[in-house]
Amino acid sequence: MQTEYQEYYVPHQSYYPIVASVALFCLAFGAGSIMTAAENGGDFGMILLFVGFLLLFFIIISWFSTVAAESRLGLYSPQMDKSFRWGMGWFISSEVMFFAAFFGALFYIRVLAVPWLAGEGEKGVSHLLWEGFVNQWPLMTTPDPSLFKGPEQIVDPWHIPLLNTILLISSSLTLTFSHKALKLNNRTATSLWLALTVVLGATFLYYQVIEYHEAYTELGLTLASGVYGSTFFILTGFHGLHVTIGTIMLLCILVRVLEGEFSGDKHFGFEAVAWYWHFVDVVWVGLFIFVYIL
Amino acid sequence: MSTGTEQLVESELDTQEAHAHHGPAKGISRWFLTTNHKDIGSMYLWFSLVMFMTGGCMALLIRAELFQPGLQFLEPAFFNQMTTMHGLIMVFGAVMPAFVGLANWMIPMMIGAPDMALPRLNNWSFWILPFAFSIMLMTLFMEGGGPNFGWTFYAPLSTTFAPPSVTYFIFAVHMMGISSIMGAINVIVTILNMRPPGMIMMKLPLFVWTWLITAFLLILVMPVLAGVVTMMLMDIHFGTSFFNAAGGGDPVLFQHIFWFFGHPEVYIMILPAFGIVSEIIPTFARKKLFGYSSMVYATSSIAFLSFIVWAHHMFTVGIPLMGELFFMFATMLIAVPTGVKVFNWVATMFRGSMTFETPMLFAIAFVVLFSIGGFSGLMLAIAPADFQYHDTYFVVAHFHYVLVPGSIFSIMAGVYYWLPKWTGNYYDEKMGRLHFWLSFVGINITFFPMHFVGLAGMPRRVPDYALQFADFNAVSSVGAFLFGFSQLLFIYNVVCCIRKRNQATDRVWEGAHGLEWSVPSPAPYHTFTKPPKVD
Repeated sequence: MQTEYQEYYVPHQSYYPIVASVALFCLAFGAGSIMTAAENGGDFGMILLFVGFLLLFFIIISWFSTVAAESRLGLYSPQMDKSFRWGMGWFISSEVMFFAAFFGALFYIRVLAVPWLAGEGEKGVSHLLWEGFVNQWPLMTTPDPSLFKGPEQIVDPWHIPLLNTILLISSSLTLTFSHKALKLNNRTATSLWLALTVVLGATFLYYQVIEYHEAYTELGLTLASGVYGSTFFILTGFHGLHVTIGTIMLLCILVRVLEGEFSGDKHFGFEAVAWYWHFVDVVWVGLFIFVYIL
Repeated sequence: MSTGTEQLVESELDTQEAHAHHGPAKGISRWFLTTNHKDIGSMYLWFSLVMFMTGGCMALLIRAELFQPGLQFLEPAFFNQMTTMHGLIMVFGAVMPAFVGLANWMIPMMIGAPDMALPRLNNWSFWILPFAFSIMLMTLFMEGGGPNFGWTFYAPLSTTFAPPSVTYFIFAVHMMGISSIMGAINVIVTILNMRPPGMIMMKLPLFVWTWLITAFLLILVMPVLAGVVTMMLMDIHFGTSFFNAAGGGDPVLFQHIFWFFGHPEVYIMILPAFGIVSEIIPTFARKKLFGYSSMVYATSSIAFLSFIVWAHHMFTVGIPLMGELFFMFATMLIAVPTGVKVFNWVATMFRGSMTFETPMLFAIAFVVLFSIGGFSGLMLAIAPADFQYHDTYFVVAHFHYVLVPGSIFSIMAGVYYWLPKWTGNYYDEKMGRLHFWLSFVGINITFFPMHFVGLAGMPRRVPDYALQFADFNAVSSVGAFLFGFSQLLFIYNVVCCIRKRNQATDRVWEGAHGLEWSVPSPAPYHTFTKPPKVD
């Protein structure tokens, strides 16, 4: 029953982690300088931020290339493969909790905070602060409109958001077709379906940009238009960021497929990105229901 | 591109072969570039020690100021920065990295794995920390001073009324979060995937079990912390109103999200401690751990309960009556699995042939003093009583009893316990015991009187106080300096142990069991490259 044990590959030394840490430091310190030093010029911050991005970009490329190369050289045992799977799975779990924090904020504000502000329930004493404030969702009139002017209109869920839902759900399907084709070693179909997925993802992003533009210019819906705008933009914004990252990752996978990488039975890089993409898709369904429709 | 990398990797592999079944690399690069779990574990532990001393100095400044009523040494504004930084540094810089360091050193050796599952990621988890804490400490020298809103950084103190440096603080917290999440992923993957055949889950040493559960907590709550500081950042710089009622938000929302992270966080700081103590007590009682499986279930129950008790930190903030009741009773439930653990430790010692080496002294003190902290926790859990205790020194006494003689003592116990395995030398036992007794006396003198001043109504986070609290505060300060300076003995002892030759045996302790004791002392650079036989 016991097969020959393949030694678990422990890379010897690597400069990636330390450089990646320096990159994070530059990003954090650079962003901090820009945000706090707006009045006395954030040039230093811009340079740091730029250096940080450059370093991080360089490290991501070389780190992943090394992992791919090590895999091709056959250094990775099946046990190693399992480590990557567990690792990616738990990484996505942590991402789920990141979004859970924002969804939790949304639910708390809708179900408890805004009604209390309007004097409902046993905590209703707080209506003394802003007399006449009415509980409504979407919150078109904030308690203090002089500080936070509420939105004039909100995004109609049955136009762009519906279209985006269709786009993202179909992109999950096309990605699955691509994966099926890869398993059957049908490489043309793999690349075509994958390319279609990338196009769908990019189209989604294009429409999201249009939606944001409309929100800012026509609907009066901004980050500063009270807590409706805050929750709307933080949820859709971080989701959009994840779609962007996911699209870039899919693009990298597409390039690797075109270069002839991955085999029908060994293609964890592909699968990891697919997991990530499906996760982003599921988050969108939650957004569509709780942010746009309800 | 790909062939180029391949050649690079191949040449890298060649140099590895040349390293003749590789020991550590020469020079400073060993530490910057390492992928070795023992190197990374050591770096975590040294980092934690530096942070412990830094945070400790801040604590001593606080105690110096509170030695007598009136303002002596510190400006009130700077005092606030000290309490804030002391908390942040001790929680994120001292206690958590120390446990991760112990996990790095011990988990692979305890389960018989060649290294951590994702070695490069492991090194990244560590190296983020020094950078994050440099940013955190730099804030002290910025215009407007460092964070001054307490380690819980409640909005709007940390948003509307915060110093400009709060932005740096937010990014530093983001970096620590990245580090913790990656570290936790590594621990989980190592434990679930790197066990040799025969090492079934219910044979895992308890330190490994408690760390597995801790890692799950980390993965589930660190992203929530990232979320809440992101909302702070948005409120400060981008005009949102999550925590501002004028825009329809709610400052209490901050507290809910923060404590949804914060309560599991305090268990992140105690579960590995339970594991360490559960390793040490059986060794020196020369008996098997009593109730192994009940320990595993108790730890899991505590972890689960930690997610549904967060609002017991917020009893006085104005939450509905049903909420107060639910969180009160859920909190009290935690006493049940915790009681199971304490009884198991006592039952392990019962009729054992006990000896009292330094690790055992710390472990026994842990059981007794942690229980005191647990009992004051029960008192605080009673919602109506908490209205009196809330934000007084009673709370300070409570959480210092679970964190100092709890987490910190367990870390010291663990260090003394495993030091001979790491260095190959015995530490000076006499000095170790002296260190223990000075620490034991010191922390009790420091923190026990805080119960009294707290019950009498002294608020926490104040640089000055009413005359009636003067005597107990003076006593506390004396204890704090005693405890603080006796840590120098600890450092001296560790350094001597690394440098002096006092060869330890492979088993180190007569009653020690487990895979980590089956390898030579000091443990070779690579252990268990082939999976060991486990029976």
